[in-house]
Amino acid sequence: MQRTGELYGQFETLEQQKETATLGMWIFLTTEVLFFGGLFMTYTINRHAYSAAFGVGGNTLDLKLGGLNTVVLILSSLTMAMSVWAAQIGKKKQITGFLIATLLLGCVFLGVKAVEYKQKYDHHLIPGRNFDIAFCVNNPSACGLSGKALEDEQKEIAEAVKAEDKNNPGYGLANLNSHAQLYFSLYFGMTGLHALHMIIGAGLLLWLLKESLAQRFGPGYNTPVEVTGLYWHFVDIVWIYLFPLLYLIDRHN
Amino acid sequence: MSEHIASPKMYVGIFLALMICTGATVWAAYINLGQMNIVIALAIATLKATLVVLFFMHAKYSPGRTHLVIICAVFWLGIMLALTLSDYETRQKEGLRIPPSAVRVYNA
Repeated sequence: MQRTGELYGQFETLEQQKETATLGMWIFLTTEVLFFGGLFMTYTINRHAYSAAFGVGGNTLDLKLGGLNTVVLILSSLTMAMSVWAAQIGKKKQITGFLIATLLLGCVFLGVKAVEYKQKYDHHLIPGRNFDIAFCVNNPSACGLSGKALEDEQKEIAEAVKAEDKNNPGYGLANLNSHAQLYFSLYFGMTGLHALHMIIGAGLLLWLLKESLAQRFGPGYNTPVEVTGLYWHFVDIVWIYLFPLLYLIDRHN
Repeated sequence: MSEHIASPKMYVGIFLALMICTGATVWAAYINLGQMNIVIALAIATLKATLVVLFFMHAKYSPGRTHLVIICAVFWLGIMLALTLSDYETRQKEGLRIPPSAVRVYNA
């Protein structure tokens, strides 16, 4: 397919211009891998050191909402890939349709995240002076806890304190409370940075949508769709790692 | 070089594979496998990430220089993880466990 559009002075051909843009995005994503990698590194070291507190923290997350978000985000990656495909073969209406679908799914993801953050706020799980890992156990009605769920929660906290006490005598609930804040600092830091990337991605999608409605994309010119797609898929990959690390690995206890 | 256009069928297939992996990782998380739980969770996540990179991000159909960039990203991430972890592991006699100084004595 012959490429169309303006050729900038530093390139020989439009093909080379497009390949350069794609390569540039890949190099940017490499820096992003190391950027997020630093946070994953921090999480790994702290999780190892304060494993009991991190286990209690991780199990307070809502697996249904986290799982829903995983499905929503992977689905948005599919619609993004489909809009790149539609641009490559020149189905202009479908480019717009898939871009809108991707944008909507991205917004659903952020909405669910907001619901989760609000729940953590209500349960006194925002790091700071009002942080209380035992809030739900002490105020079960405020968290909608009762019966077996409440007993499990009480048992989990007691067992975590006991497990840590073996290595560090005198550990106690106060230390569990202070170390659980490390978990929630990392939870909010990592998911917050991920959400920021989603918001930037949504902004890029809005711009693509405007260009797509102006019939700018087709087989000859689709570099912005493809490059934004690479970014969007990368953000999906970050979540693919965040989901098991934050939500899942202590569920078996 | 002409660009490779993947079929929607393949994209849907990859999506379904990713959904199956997501189900598998949630299912495996509830089985008590001790230290293996985290290994399995990360292995499935890496499988999913590989599928996304190869097919959604077209790495499979990309030129060698794109592969070089991806390999560099993974390689440097590996350097960061390996060297930092080995430093933490050997810095104190407790290894990666809580340093005693991090446990505070609270007055009741």
